[in-house]
Amino acid sequence: MEIELSEEQELLRATVRRFAAEVVAPRAKEIDASGEFPLATFRAAAELGLAGVCVPEELGGAGMDMVAYCIAIEEISKACASTGVILSVNNSLVCDPLQRHANDEQKREFLRPLASGEKLGCFALTEPEAGSDAGAVRTRARRDGDAYVLDGDKVFITNGTHADVALVFASTAPELKHRGMSCFIVPCDTPGFSRGHHEYKLGVQASGTTQLFFESMRVPAAWRLGEEGDGFKIAMSTLDGGRIGIAAQAVGIAQAAFEAALAYAQERRPFGQAIAGFQAIQFYLADMAMELDAARLLVYKAAWAKTTQKRYSLEAAQAKLFASEMAQRVTNKALQIHGGYGYTREYDVERYFRDARITEIYEGTSEIQKLVIADWVLKAG
Amino acid sequence: MAVDFSLDEDQELLRREIRRFAEERVRPGLRARDLAHQFPAALVAEMGELGLLGMLVPESLGGTGQLPLTYCLAVEEISRVCPSLGVTMSVTNSVCCWPIVRYGSEELQRRVLPELASGAAIGGFCLTEPGSGSDAGAMRTTARRDGDEWVLDGEKAWITNAGPGRWFVAMAKTDPAAGKRGITAFVVPADAPGFRVGAGEEKLGLRASNTAPVFFDGCRIPAANLLGEVGEGFKIALATLDHSRLGIAAQAVGIHQRALELATEYARERVQFGVPIAEHQAVRFTLARMATELAAARALTWHAAARESSREAGRLAAEAKAYASEAANRACWDALQIHGGNGFCEEYEIARLYRDVRVTTIYEGTSEMQRLVIARHLLKS
Repeated sequence: MEIELSEEQELLRATVRRFAAEVVAPRAKEIDASGEFPLATFRAAAELGLAGVCVPEELGGAGMDMVAYCIAIEEISKACASTGVILSVNNSLVCDPLQRHANDEQKREFLRPLASGEKLGCFALTEPEAGSDAGAVRTRARRDGDAYVLDGDKVFITNGTHADVALVFASTAPELKHRGMSCFIVPCDTPGFSRGHHEYKLGVQASGTTQLFFESMRVPAAWRLGEEGDGFKIAMSTLDGGRIGIAAQAVGIAQAAFEAALAYAQERRPFGQAIAGFQAIQFYLADMAMELDAARLLVYKAAWAKTTQKRYSLEAAQAKLFASEMAQRVTNKALQIHGGYGYTREYDVERYFRDARITEIYEGTSEIQKLVIADWVLKAG
Repeated sequence: MAVDFSLDEDQELLRREIRRFAEERVRPGLRARDLAHQFPAALVAEMGELGLLGMLVPESLGGTGQLPLTYCLAVEEISRVCPSLGVTMSVTNSVCCWPIVRYGSEELQRRVLPELASGAAIGGFCLTEPGSGSDAGAMRTTARRDGDEWVLDGEKAWITNAGPGRWFVAMAKTDPAAGKRGITAFVVPADAPGFRVGAGEEKLGLRASNTAPVFFDGCRIPAANLLGEVGEGFKIALATLDHSRLGIAAQAVGIHQRALELATEYARERVQFGVPIAEHQAVRFTLARMATELAAARALTWHAAARESSREAGRLAAEAKAYASEAANRACWDALQIHGGNGFCEEYEIARLYRDVRVTTIYEGTSEMQRLVIARHLLKS
């Protein structure tokens, strides 16, 4: 038992922190207001290896470990949660399943440009009627010669407005329900592929969330990921990893809110003294620090478990559940400490507060995490 | 340097051995001892033989010289079965042996520690007084030098191990005008003239641990029993509590672990509405929360123990203590709720745990004091 970052991990933290401060943070407020997708920032992050942190260098990635990945997502999210989730999706939900399931040709064709950030990926699982109940997807994929023909709609697709490649989950055998689901690697310029409008949201405004539509879209059979019927398994195992990234994102957002609150509490002087001198504020700050430390440890633990254990669903679900709920509480307290100013767009805490909210919902709601955790507890105990 | 949540082989082995000892030797008679407020002297002696009472004492002085984390694992396992023995053990190790190891003269260490480490004698810590709990600096007990002796006068309250204890680390004012800087630490043997233990307290929980007031009536101890320097007592007390919080955090983690086990077992067996209550989502969600908070509490505690010699040790221990004790209280509340009416009956183990856990947010620094400690660290840095 030892939680000390290696030199390489510390160096990465310092590098990403500097990049986040110099490149990501200055645009965060602006793109939150405009919703503009930060494509140039994504490319710049990719130059540091952040588009495919855990992908081996020979496949275009940075070849680092899962803890390093969590550090990178935390530091980016601290500056801009939208950029954090953009990178998290490209790493966790696109590169990771390709690394695990793609054949050599698929890796060459897709993983390499995605991991190097030449291309941007998205993960198309959720549908209007299939959110937590992912097995209920209605998008169909019919085999036709050496291709599949896909028809259906996807919603809430992060990176969807700008993605070059989509991992699309569709049913090849609806009668088998979730066992009839398959996964396809779809270049977004495929005829029959179209995108909806940019979804205007409460937070993570610039993450390119949109609908995707497939109309008689022909995808070569060679671009099927895994076997027919593997789709649900691929989706679930991918989300296990994705949850660790979202937990790291939540820690980053909360860390930003905490630091802002800590600074503000020492500057703001009503009643003739800094509010940091009041016990109520001190207790808020103490709770924030305590929960942040706990969440970060659970994130590292999940990252460690992903590397060392065959199954890590429990650790990932616990990290995601705890970190996202922590971020909600911490950003709320940070806003409270800022008082009326915190409610205005002049201060960043208002954005942190909005951005934190989604971490309890996407890549598995808190309720889904609890079901996963309870299953493990009841199986093990 | 690494992020590694695994225990080493020795720690795993020790953990298994202590769990077996706790189940085989400690569990029998648990309820009877609790009902009778009975201190299990024979069991404590057995723990001494196993080396559990001198875990932080170097081998050269008769102890087992374990790492803080290994010690926490032992407290956790003992507390999982009997929190009363958990605190008996934690007090003699952490607040009696530890400050003597750290601040005692060689002669004092040789005289006192082998006896304590072997369990031939157990120890206590006399800081709190009827009028000074969290505000320890306001103590009234005094010590004055008289030739080759110190003479102590005053009264200490809620002293764990007071009755069976043989050696006590005691704080008294040698210079009442100097406030906290006038406090000095001593090692007082139970057979010192003028030393008297009052009637044992009847407590809500931890009834098989001994708690009583201690009176110094012109109590005479040799000058050589001075611990550290004159005027260093408050510093020694705070350093001791910074360390000992780890033991209480570990105790809370052990209780929390047991509460989760009991709730899980009960939820699997208890049938209502035709199904085990574990099938009801409300119960599953409760189990999930208990398990997640347990993971967080354990991570904070182990991390604080592993980093005990770091600069942030004080903050980490305070976070671990505050979080683990509060989480364990919530877990026991939830576990009792899952047990319904049965949980309210002493026949079920959870009823005792529910009483036992309550003090963990109070002793060795209330949750409120932990938050002040954390805030102080935050505002300093």
